[in-house]
Amino acid sequence: MADYKELVLTTSGVNPLKCMRCGKCSGTCPSYDAMEYHPHQFVYMVEKGEIEKLMASKSIYTCLSCFACVERCPRDVEPAKLVEAVRLAVIRQQGQNHLKSEQIPDLIDDDLPQQAIVSAFRKYSK
Amino acid sequence: MRRIGVFVCHCGTNIAATVDVKTVAETLGKEPAVVFSTDYPYMCSEAGQNIIKDAIKEHKLEGVVVCSCSPRMHEATFRKTVAAAGLNPYMLEVANIREQCSWIHKDIAEATAKAIVLGRAAIAKVQLNAPLTAGESPVTKRALVIGGGIAGIQTALDIAEAGYPVDIVEKEPTIGGKMTQIDKTFPTLDCSSCILTPKMVECAQNENITIYSYSEVEEVTGFVGNFSVKIRRKARYVDEDKCTGCGACTEKCPVKNVPDAYNLGLSNRHAAYIPFAQAIPNVAVLDAEHCIKLTKGKCGLCSKVCSAGAIDYEQKETIVEQQYGAIVAATGYNPINIDGYDEFAYSQSKDVLTSLEFERILKADGPTEGHLQRLSDGKQPKTIVFVQCVGSRESGSTHGCGKEYCSKICCMYTAKHAILCREKYPDTDVYVFYIDVRTPGKNYDEFYRRAVEQYGVHYIKGMVGKVAPQADSTLDVQASDLIANEQLHVKADMVVLAAAIEADKTARPLATMLTASMDTNDFFTEAHAKLRPVESPTAGVFLSGVCQGPKDIPETVAQAGAAASKVIGLLAKDKLTGNPCVAHSNELKCNGCSSCANVCPYGAITYEEKDFSRRRDGSMIRRVTSVNEAVCQGCGACTVACPSGAMDLKGFATSQIMAEVDAICK
Amino acid sequence: MTYSYFPGCTLKTKAKDLDHYARISAQALGFTLEEIPDWQCCGGVYPMAKNEIATKLSSIRTLAKARDMGMPLVTLCSACHNVIKQVNHDMQSDENIVLKANNYLKLDTPYQGETEVLHYLEVLRDKVGFDEVKKKVVNPLKGKKIAAYYGCLLLRPGKTMQMDNPENPKILEDFIRVIGAEPVLYPMRNECCGGYLTLDKKSVAESRSNQVMTSAAENGAEMVITACPLCLYNLQKNSGVSDLPVVYFTELLAEAFGLK
Repeated sequence: MADYKELVLTTSGVNPLKCMRCGKCSGTCPSYDAMEYHPHQFVYMVEKGEIEKLMASKSIYTCLSCFACVERCPRDVEPAKLVEAVRLAVIRQQGQNHLKSEQIPDLIDDDLPQQAIVSAFRKYSK
Repeated sequence: MRRIGVFVCHCGTNIAATVDVKTVAETLGKEPAVVFSTDYPYMCSEAGQNIIKDAIKEHKLEGVVVCSCSPRMHEATFRKTVAAAGLNPYMLEVANIREQCSWIHKDIAEATAKAIVLGRAAIAKVQLNAPLTAGESPVTKRALVIGGGIAGIQTALDIAEAGYPVDIVEKEPTIGGKMTQIDKTFPTLDCSSCILTPKMVECAQNENITIYSYSEVEEVTGFVGNFSVKIRRKARYVDEDKCTGCGACTEKCPVKNVPDAYNLGLSNRHAAYIPFAQAIPNVAVLDAEHCIKLTKGKCGLCSKVCSAGAIDYEQKETIVEQQYGAIVAATGYNPINIDGYDEFAYSQSKDVLTSLEFERILKADGPTEGHLQRLSDGKQPKTIVFVQCVGSRESGSTHGCGKEYCSKICCMYTAKHAILCREKYPDTDVYVFYIDVRTPGKNYDEFYRRAVEQYGVHYIKGMVGKVAPQADSTLDVQASDLIANEQLHVKADMVVLAAAIEADKTARPLATMLTASMDTNDFFTEAHAKLRPVESPTAGVFLSGVCQGPKDIPETVAQAGAAASKVIGLLAKDKLTGNPCVAHSNELKCNGCSSCANVCPYGAITYEEKDFSRRRDGSMIRRVTSVNEAVCQGCGACTVACPSGAMDLKGFATSQIMAEVDAICK
Repeated sequence: MTYSYFPGCTLKTKAKDLDHYARISAQALGFTLEEIPDWQCCGGVYPMAKNEIATKLSSIRTLAKARDMGMPLVTLCSACHNVIKQVNHDMQSDENIVLKANNYLKLDTPYQGETEVLHYLEVLRDKVGFDEVKKKVVNPLKGKKIAAYYGCLLLRPGKTMQMDNPENPKILEDFIRVIGAEPVLYPMRNECCGGYLTLDKKSVAESRSNQVMTSAAENGAEMVITACPLCLYNLQKNSGVSDLPVVYFTELLAEAFGLK
């Protein structure tokens, strides 16, 4: 399935070849410690075509979409868009929703704003 | 019809691999006027040139077409060749079948067809070429160096040493430039001032050198060998001839809160000041923006304490006009403004510094008198983090002030800073976050390795993501460690940012005055990136130091010397041969409208009232154009602007160009 | 002056205060927020993928309605603002998205990013003017040390959001000064609170919120203000710091105006 690379590149609109491997994205990522693969590895592994490893990793669900890596990248690579594209490659497949509606009652409390639920569904389910 | 010879060059395989040179020579040989056509592997070689010379004699050639590389490369070579065989050098045309053909095409058939077309165009043009003779102009044996940093100083000293007078124009009140602010120099760690100040003093003492400090170039006219330059000498309100540099005025001046540029604003100075102890000239300046006397009309204290009577509140700026044979640009650099890098908290913490600011901290005449101290609380930092590539190697980033190029000097000066810290303060922990460590240069990598192996500097591959000033006045440095594949935090007391360097802001307007070309980064363009690195494409303008591109001190000094030798070579000539391909006007067609004069960038066009009276028609005085051939650079702008077709360019006449177009479109 | 207004889902339920105090303060300042008819939820997060069209449509409908009403569109919730502003930017710059979205929506007049999107804070700063806001303050919060929490969505990506310097913002600090209080600067003010990860990986939200609140507290804050309901939730519920109140900035505005 070598075409995953092409899929991720088109979905994200990112050119990983612009990366100069400075690691600033990973130096700034607030979710770093919760990730198996870190933002700079997403860029490098997409370039190498190792998309399936990324797809199998829980790291795709821990990106906060906070745009810190996008803001601070000196080469305008936008690593967050690659994470999003890999996640979409997974959850757009049949039965691959990461968050299911039946889980919700156990996850919420009285104060949780629905903004959180809406966002999580956007990120984790199709 | 003239007898034309065609000579097709292979340029090794540069042309021959893509263009079928034999076919080109054969096809062009069948053109009506061509009486001889051949090909050869290297037409520019001695053997190749002999083929041309022999053919001219043997076949009584009247025009020569060489199909080869760009005329920028070898037109001069082949002009000499045909001249040696007795032809006028301007009876030569070069068809560029390399840069404009073989290098940009892949398909042999296509490239060959195009080469033939280019050859035909050259043949059509040479039919209409006229023998031209270059005029001569005298050389003013004086050079101007713009910028008085180490680049300008070295260039001026070398020119002066060869016996030619040279003027240095420096916009600051003293010469010396960035090197005066630096503590030690890599990779030898010798003291920057100790090696620079003798050169500054030499400039002041050398009879051939005139220093115009606190001055700027206002206007440049003329051309190689004959530049005329207006220099604006700003009012310093101190008579340079009377001032002894005693410093009494600077001590007594009651205004004490002006940010000191020498210390990059890290300390304050008086409104009356001498930039630093070793300034050349050692003459005070009154800062007109802050001096009470000059702003409010009161005070006058400096004048009272000046025993030499040098203070002159009435001093006005003056314009000096001077003639030069050659001009050297040595305008230097500045670190970029890093206000846009607030993720590193530069504007939020006094303990986040640029590398040049850090130099000031290390240097004995800096704000901390050379003691390694934090500017926030005066404490000695125990942990220092250096961040490389701040604003260098950026592309399309959100910062907006980044540069795409590598600033080249940062890896080495950071290694130097790290070593100096560890040597003087061994209890300091030093971290360097790097993307790549770039150390090409003699003894450079060894120097960097010493920082690691001997001085125990922690080099970590990865970029800093954020510097967060903490409530306990430390700085939390969050960064990538790419080798360990971890995100780490260093609790630092000081952070030093290696800010990118950029061309000085005065370079761009100067380039416009000099009609010298620049790249998109405002670095001056060299005439040839490899073979003419210290010359601008504009004749008579030379390049010294960082104004041409980032470089360190040894490279700058080498380039400064090279620029000087080019200047000396020029000034050694008594006369210069001009370019005969200049504009001329057909007076019968000229209607005196001034369109040509308005577009001429060189001021080469004037007007005269000329008597065209003929006996039968009675009196007729008409205003017509007149081209100063010595000033005209042959750019052709006037020929395009002329509405009546009166202006034409010798060697590139409209008829010649139309003949080329016809040949191509045939 | 009347602005069209997109409250968003949370402001109708859990974050009624954010909405209510904004409206009454607006009244005091002489402008009206006219709710977009039949608005739909923005989706909470901006869909970054180039080939996501459907998830952008609700924002585009809102933007097109605001255009048809002939008014700038005002938002309050940081997340809504981020989504709508970024989608609007797509509609100004990405031909493919413009084409596909318009093909789908079949609006009377195709939408091409014409609407000006303003955050309520930008209305205060750029339209009303902080000086005018200050004149209406009757109950200045003197001596109160307040930490502004921007989070990530108000500011980033800076190129698109264009609200303030994303690394060293000051709009909320200026706001705090306007209502008579003293802003507290702290480095975590523009770092993420953990956002929606509170559902999927609570530990991240807990650690992030804790860092934000600890940083604010260490720097002397007595209160934290925000414009985002999810930030408020994380900082209150997940940070483990309970003695530092977190409120919406509009609540303080109303308080300063004597409306609370």
